[in-house]
Amino acid sequence: MPALLEVQNLKTHYRLGGWLSRRRILRAVDGVDLTLKSQQTLAVVGESGSGKTTLGRTILRLLEPTEGRIVLDGQDISRLSQPRLRPLRRRMQIVFQHPYASLNPRKRVGQIVAQPLRIHQVPGDHRRQVAELLERVGLPASAADHYPHEFSGGQRQRIAIARALALRPDLIVLDEITSGLDATVKLRVLALLRELQADFRLAYLFISHDLSVVRSLSDRVAVMYLGRIVEEAPTEMLFERPLHPYTQVLKASIPEPANRGSWNPPVLVGDAPSPVNIPPGCRFHPRCPLAQAVCREAEPELRELAPGRRVACHLAEAPPVLARDDVSA
Amino acid sequence: MNSKLLGGVVIGLLLCLAALLAPWLTPRDPNRQDLSAIRRPPVWMGGAWDHPLGTDSLGRDLLSRLLWSARVAVVVAIGATLCAAVIGTPVGLVSGYFRGRVDTILMRVVDVWMSIPAVLLAIALMAVLGVGLLKVILAIVLVDWTRFARVIRGEVLALREREFVEASRAIGLGPFRIMAEELLPNLVPLLIVLASLEMAIAVGVEALLSFVGLGVEAAVPSWGSMIAEGRGYLLVGWWGMTLPMLALVVTVVGFNLLGEGLRERLDPRLRTEAAR
Repeated sequence: MPALLEVQNLKTHYRLGGWLSRRRILRAVDGVDLTLKSQQTLAVVGESGSGKTTLGRTILRLLEPTEGRIVLDGQDISRLSQPRLRPLRRRMQIVFQHPYASLNPRKRVGQIVAQPLRIHQVPGDHRRQVAELLERVGLPASAADHYPHEFSGGQRQRIAIARALALRPDLIVLDEITSGLDATVKLRVLALLRELQADFRLAYLFISHDLSVVRSLSDRVAVMYLGRIVEEAPTEMLFERPLHPYTQVLKASIPEPANRGSWNPPVLVGDAPSPVNIPPGCRFHPRCPLAQAVCREAEPELRELAPGRRVACHLAEAPPVLARDDVSA
Repeated sequence: MNSKLLGGVVIGLLLCLAALLAPWLTPRDPNRQDLSAIRRPPVWMGGAWDHPLGTDSLGRDLLSRLLWSARVAVVVAIGATLCAAVIGTPVGLVSGYFRGRVDTILMRVVDVWMSIPAVLLAIALMAVLGVGLLKVILAIVLVDWTRFARVIRGEVLALREREFVEASRAIGLGPFRIMAEELLPNLVPLLIVLASLEMAIAVGVEALLSFVGLGVEAAVPSWGSMIAEGRGYLLVGWWGMTLPMLALVVTVVGFNLLGEGLRERLDPRLRTEAAR
């Protein structure tokens, strides 16, 4: 199956500081490669500040990439002007983290969901299409006549999903969409997303800080740390045997009923370093329990260890091999 | 409805009624002079009912003149405010949405504009333009459009960071459609409040210009010119100056109450979540 979305060496940097203060570069996304196949789900996980949200927005060109390519279905969209990009927006949509902020409080739900149809001059009766979309996401068609503030967080997230679906996109970026929802609401929204994926043949780029949520929905998982992917693997493989020390810590911090009482999650030392000041060598080495001399000097490449399984860690293979590398370096 | 809003609405309605119905409410022509009946006192001070609020130094009926002046006040308030909003709002929207260089240039223009004392600028403009109702409106608009530009820009700077703006960009709306369809509806409460406060200012500036003789034509009664005319006879007929002043003060206070009351009601930052 050909890739729907291919991202190559994508970088999104911000320049900080004015003409009087010292100029610094914030490297929010710093060299990301990823591939998303049609109708699949790729999860991007990482803690806050890892650049996962910036990555999602840069892929949709809501933020400007500094470097690299974004290829949507064979077409490089990373340098297209915004007007030329507009027709392509039909194919990629986004659902945001805050359902309270992502819907215009002054518009009725019907107007909000119909807006993409209107902007892209989709033929047909928009009222009927909106009613169908609302019903498809589990809301009554009468919701169209109400304002967003009349709905709960979960319902608003459904409205945002209906809006994203309106143009029948191939790709939807789901940016932390469950983080503001209760556990039960979260599960229902995830179930809805699974249904919609099959019905509308959707590919999801599922951005989350919560590994446990990711597991139920995604085919593959990419773990981000300080603007880079440190590990990427099929979901089950990643959960069974995480190779990168950072992934191992993330996975171990998921609470599980089995080890109730004796659960003693590993704690990473300190906060993630600032993306303004990325440590040399492996960017994880200051917090890595296994760090060696080589980790302080050389930045590990994202290497393919097994088919479909990539890790950026010097120690991912057996440590003796690494010891020899260390000596020769 | 809070008490400020109630007071503002009542005063505003009374003013509009007076302005609309002036030809029918007034017993006589506001400009008809009667030199046999100059400086007659109001009825409660021993005057006669044919001049309920007395007459001025040319024997003109004060009640008629006060009511006709309300027309000038209402027309200036609405006209100047609408035009100032129509000019200032787009400037504020463009400046706040695009930020960067556009914002810097537009806001420096506004800064320079605002650094000129408003009253001085209005008087200078009228001296150049000449007197007249439309010219008064034009002068007020030229002085005051920056107020709208400034406040709207500030609000847009905050609004543009909300996710629904990003959502509409993801749908494919261009910048001007985002301003018109997404941002403008969210600015309506602020615009209403700004407009009512602006009306108070406009009425005050009009009175000031007419007071110094640079406002509406001499044949049109206006509170400002009435105050100026009555000033010379303050000791022999205090009502000639005091009554138009009272009308002016009540009107300005009324518009301010309206603006404050609306702000308390419409501004979400002053409203608790539960009271919504």
